[in-house]
Amino acid sequence: MLTPQPDGTWALHLGATERDLLASLADQLDELIEEDPGDAGLRRLFPTAYLDDPSREEEFRLLAGDELRASRQAALEVLRTSARRDALDDDEATAWLQALNALRLVVGTRLDVSEEDDGDVPPDHPDAPLWAVYGFLTWLVSRTVTALTGSLGPPTEG
Amino acid sequence: MPTPATQPVETWSPSDEDELAPDLPWIVLVWNDPINLMEYVTFVFQKLFGYSLAKATSLMLDVHQKGRAVVSSGSREKAELDVFRLHEHGLWATLQQDE
Repeated sequence: MLTPQPDGTWALHLGATERDLLASLADQLDELIEEDPGDAGLRRLFPTAYLDDPSREEEFRLLAGDELRASRQAALEVLRTSARRDALDDDEATAWLQALNALRLVVGTRLDVSEEDDGDVPPDHPDAPLWAVYGFLTWLVSRTVTALTGSLGPPTEG
Repeated sequence: MPTPATQPVETWSPSDEDELAPDLPWIVLVWNDPINLMEYVTFVFQKLFGYSLAKATSLMLDVHQKGRAVVSSGSREKAELDVFRLHEHGLWATLQQDE
């Protein structure tokens, strides 16, 4: 997890197993985006912008789709490399959270998570390992949100 | 060092074509989903729009309980950019002309 440092950077505290897992997940998702962009698990990462206007949706996808993909892959690259480091700057911490959340969305989509789902599957269930990953990502996203919320500037609107 | 994912990249700018009904503002909707954490959604609203914790929380609860909420509005260009930034953060956002 991340803790703020006096110099404005973030210290990253994670065990070697967690770091390996995160780097591996980032790798896998990057590869999926690169090689199989039509995968159903990715649909939450590239949602529809215009619900009732297919031509504008197509135009938006053409203009912004590549950039969204590049942004995702850049965030995953930060996660993959920073998983080996002990300190992140502010922009890297934001990318870290974006990448963690993207992983969580993809894993959650694979598991077909619903609002009431608490992932209480028996240990011998075929999805048990993926539920464990999902639980880890939930914990990490939650801790990271708490850390980064503490560093938000004062509100500028409402 | 890779480009930080939060920085808008200069190669794409939202559509600037003439609107048929320019007086009607565009609204950005965020839709409920079963995966994103409530605290994460609140954080994204604070971070992207500069909303107070109270306003961001209230919008998040609208999304969660009513299924969707209008989180920003303005020109089509602004709405497209807001949707893009919300998509970057993994939220399910759409835009439409206000009725």
